[in-house]
Amino acid sequence: MSLDFFVSHYNYWVVIFLMMVGFYILISRGNLIKKIVGLNVFQTSVFMLYISMGKITGGTPPILVGDGHGGEAVEHVVYSNPLPHVLILTAIVVGIATTSVGLALAVRIKEAYGTLEEDEINRIEALVEASE
Amino acid sequence: MTAQLPILQIIVPLLAAPICAVLRHGRAAAWLAVLASWSALAIALALLGQVMAGGVVSYHIGDWVPPIGIEYRVDIVNAWVLVIVASMGAVVAPYSVKSVEHEIASRRIPLFYAAYLLCLSGLLGITITGDMFNVFVFLEISSLSAYALISLGRPRRALTAAYRYLIMGSVGATFIVIGIGLLYVMTGSLNMADLAELLPGVWDSRTVKVAYGFLGVGVCLKLALFPLHLWLPNAYAFAPSPVTAFMASTATKVAVYMLLRFFLSIFGAAFSFDVMALDRVLLPLALVAVVSMSLVAIFQVDVKRLLAYSSVAQIGYMILGLSFASVTGLTATLLHLFNHALMKGALFMALGCVVYRIGSVHIDAMAGLGKRMPWTMAAFVVGGLSLVGVPLTVGFISKWYLILGALEKGGPWTAVAVLVLATSVMALVYVWRVVEAAYLREFSGDETTGEAPLSLLAPTWVLVAANLYFGIDAVRTAGVARQAAEVLMAGIGS
Amino acid sequence: MSIELLLALSLAVPAAGTLLILLLRENPNAREAASLVTAGALFAIVLRIYGVVSSGERPELVLAEPIRGIPIALEAEPLGVLFALIASFLWIVTTMYSIGYMRGHHEKNQTRFYVFFAFAIASVMGVAFAGNLFTLFVFYEILSLTTFPLVTHAGTDAARRAGRVYLGILFGTSIAFQLLAIVWTYAVAGTLDFQAGGILDGRLAGIAVPVLLGLFVFGIGKAAVMPFHRWLPAAMVAPTPVSALLHAVAVVKAGVFSVLKISVYVFGIDFLAGAGASVWLMWAAAATIILGSLVAFTKDNLKARLAYSTVSQLSYVVLGAMLANSWGVIGSGLHILMHAFGKITLFFCAGAIMVAAHKSEVSQLKGLGRTMPVTFGAFFIGTLSIVGLPPTGGSWSKWFLGVGSLEAGQVGLMAVLMVSSLLSLAYLMEIPLKGFFHKPDEPPHHEGIHEGPKWSLVAIVTTAVACLALFLYPEPFYRLMTMVAGP
Repeated sequence: MSLDFFVSHYNYWVVIFLMMVGFYILISRGNLIKKIVGLNVFQTSVFMLYISMGKITGGTPPILVGDGHGGEAVEHVVYSNPLPHVLILTAIVVGIATTSVGLALAVRIKEAYGTLEEDEINRIEALVEASE
Repeated sequence: MTAQLPILQIIVPLLAAPICAVLRHGRAAAWLAVLASWSALAIALALLGQVMAGGVVSYHIGDWVPPIGIEYRVDIVNAWVLVIVASMGAVVAPYSVKSVEHEIASRRIPLFYAAYLLCLSGLLGITITGDMFNVFVFLEISSLSAYALISLGRPRRALTAAYRYLIMGSVGATFIVIGIGLLYVMTGSLNMADLAELLPGVWDSRTVKVAYGFLGVGVCLKLALFPLHLWLPNAYAFAPSPVTAFMASTATKVAVYMLLRFFLSIFGAAFSFDVMALDRVLLPLALVAVVSMSLVAIFQVDVKRLLAYSSVAQIGYMILGLSFASVTGLTATLLHLFNHALMKGALFMALGCVVYRIGSVHIDAMAGLGKRMPWTMAAFVVGGLSLVGVPLTVGFISKWYLILGALEKGGPWTAVAVLVLATSVMALVYVWRVVEAAYLREFSGDETTGEAPLSLLAPTWVLVAANLYFGIDAVRTAGVARQAAEVLMAGIGS
Repeated sequence: MSIELLLALSLAVPAAGTLLILLLRENPNAREAASLVTAGALFAIVLRIYGVVSSGERPELVLAEPIRGIPIALEAEPLGVLFALIASFLWIVTTMYSIGYMRGHHEKNQTRFYVFFAFAIASVMGVAFAGNLFTLFVFYEILSLTTFPLVTHAGTDAARRAGRVYLGILFGTSIAFQLLAIVWTYAVAGTLDFQAGGILDGRLAGIAVPVLLGLFVFGIGKAAVMPFHRWLPAAMVAPTPVSALLHAVAVVKAGVFSVLKISVYVFGIDFLAGAGASVWLMWAAAATIILGSLVAFTKDNLKARLAYSTVSQLSYVVLGAMLANSWGVIGSGLHILMHAFGKITLFFCAGAIMVAAHKSEVSQLKGLGRTMPVTFGAFFIGTLSIVGLPPTGGSWSKWFLGVGSLEAGQVGLMAVLMVSSLLSLAYLMEIPLKGFFHKPDEPPHHEGIHEGPKWSLVAIVTTAVACLALFLYPEPFYRLMTMVAGP
């Protein structure tokens, strides 16, 4: 794998790095809030993937530009693909919704168990089960 | 009007949901939900009729022509799944009226129905849409509302169960988005029919194969295929009874539909089976799921949990049918989608009746209930027999096609047939433990315990009757399933 | 009345009887009367069907079609009619017997008992008149389910354990082996209909034939071929009328009847004989015959001894089917009949002894024959019939089975038949001998003990007389069997 290849695909490396970081946090952390943070990082990596794949080198925003003198629109401008960007706008909204539901659950769990640590919760449940 | 049916299928429950949320009165919200879910069923049946009569129905949202615009595309496969989802929604809604009043704080009841309808519309949306990204959006609508629904369960473990489902579900959904994104990179299209045409040109690309993997893992998380099932048992066990009944009979079914749609219709049966060896990947997973989860179910003392593990095993049967890579196998899968919805719906609803009266579904608490709640327990027995696969119930029909599929392939596949039968015997064991407790032990609870109210029993028995009816006359259901299986094997174009 | 309607009625009448019994549950006399009337009506219906079938007709009736090409269908053919005749006639007798027994024994939940009894008989009729393999399987499973509440009737821990064994083995074998065999048959033959000469000839060959036959024979757990016989002794916790009718006649005979029917109408005896597929199963049956007799020897509990005797005797029928020649099949069919009358007599006597004298062990019976002469006399006749001695009907079936084994060239099997007859003579004859000729032990006295309830006594005498009558008049049944497998 040449350095060139490595550099020219840098966006993918960033995406993969973020994805793995997020996934690692998700799996390794016992704190419910930190898990959600991990989930967020994980999802962000996907947003980056979509955004970077729609971007074209030298492309402009997909807005029809005039010639600056009130004349005809210039047709041959290179512009980025707007569709992935729009899609990811939706995904971001979904991500926020997920985060808020997750946080709301975390609040309820804290109220019910008095802790946000997964180990603690499991211990409490094991005790309850044993006493039954 | 009939031309607008595909969009109405989604719009009706989707619009009813916020109205439910703002209604202050629990009963009013309940009846609105009943109305909306029944309309959804009527629409789904009408769509199935249209498809049976005239082939594929295509609806262009906002009149934007696909592949640019979003298309709703109904063929025999998803018309069938729509009917399954909508009918379960329609049966569970009236059941919830009383059950929910018993299990959920009254100020949350309107919100419950809002979430219920959102979940229903999300599931219907996944099924009806012909656009990949739309699938993701509807998937999240149904999932987010499902997390909320599960967290409404009375035991506090419902919260942790919902949380865990949220984490695993979101990872699954994100995987699906990655897959969709990679497909878009390769083809520039999100329309399913369009993708099916474009993909054969780029089959060799590694990106497409990676996309395949991401989609596969994501969907399998959603459908709780072993070993990605860890979220399911607790979620089902601690959710409110109607939620369990609804989720168990619809959510995983829609996920199985996604799997079939993505891998058979879009990628094509040839690519899935010949290039990606999907059958060889799924077969061992399905077999392990069926055997190990049946075994685990035998040792459960909480009956709801027991049935939850049984659900994971039953999902194994559906995937097993797919892994036969034959029309008969797929027929078995599609039949079992419907049949399993009927039996698990009936069983979980019967358990809901038990919870309503005695507040627990621990196997010891259910001792002697056969005399106290004869109708409820009779429903459980019939549902249980259906789960085992006793003739004259729907379970038998599924099993028949599954075994027939295995024997058709001959050779070592005979062993698969034997395994399926062996697990049926295991199902008999776990079902019969409950039956024995209910009928052959003495009741030790409150003396005043009596039969569940009619509004719970009637929907339960509707499903029980369906278990028997479609077990005795399965020619029609098997016919539709077979037709759908043929469509899937042939690919989306034809 | 059209004959097809009669077929439907043969199922509907006992099913409707359950409703009647439920409605009359407050009034035991009316309830029992309803049971009797239903039983009588059913026998009349079966007699009428017999009339039609013996003139050569084969009425058919399709009830439903769950899977395309595999209907739930009823068809009356000679073998089924024979089985239906036995079951429906003995139901009348058993109902009479139950009235005495259940009241004399002060059983609880008598209504439930009569209801499930009627349900069980309805499913037996379904088995008898099944028009294809699938229908047979359906009613076979329903029969397992409807008899489960009867087995666990007492509701004790022992009953619960027995129920587990009962259902576990019957369901387990039928799902794991029999269903597999049925789907396999369908996959190979494309049909599940019963046809004279079978449906598998030319479609299956080699090692597959004996394997498939084995799946059927062992999958039909109700035939109690070892090692799947444990459910039958377990089922003896049930009230005696259940043991008598269901576990000496209806349920177990449904098993061997299915084996016989499958051998004749699915495989076809010529195909079986040609493929030599049944030889290994002959020996499995022979082993069960001998082992069952040996175990019966060791049992002191009267019902357990009778149960193992049944295990042994059932394999005679299986053996006859596996001989795969017409004498074997005729012997098999006749043995279903002869053993039914013989064994039900023995069970009736065992129940009467239990109700009247509260004795359940063989060793307690010394001298009891003098206080209960009718009961022990009937037991003696029943024993003769089981062993196969004249002047009882049992001698005919043993005769034909013997002829069949010689025709099949299996002299060894002939020896097995002889040995097991001697064994059964020894372990059964001990009971009337003890009853009549031994002096009662001290201190147990038989004072205050007299014959059982009069309803039960009528039943006992009826079946004992029938054992004798069958020696003189086996002709109609022999004729039915020759219609199945003419020599």
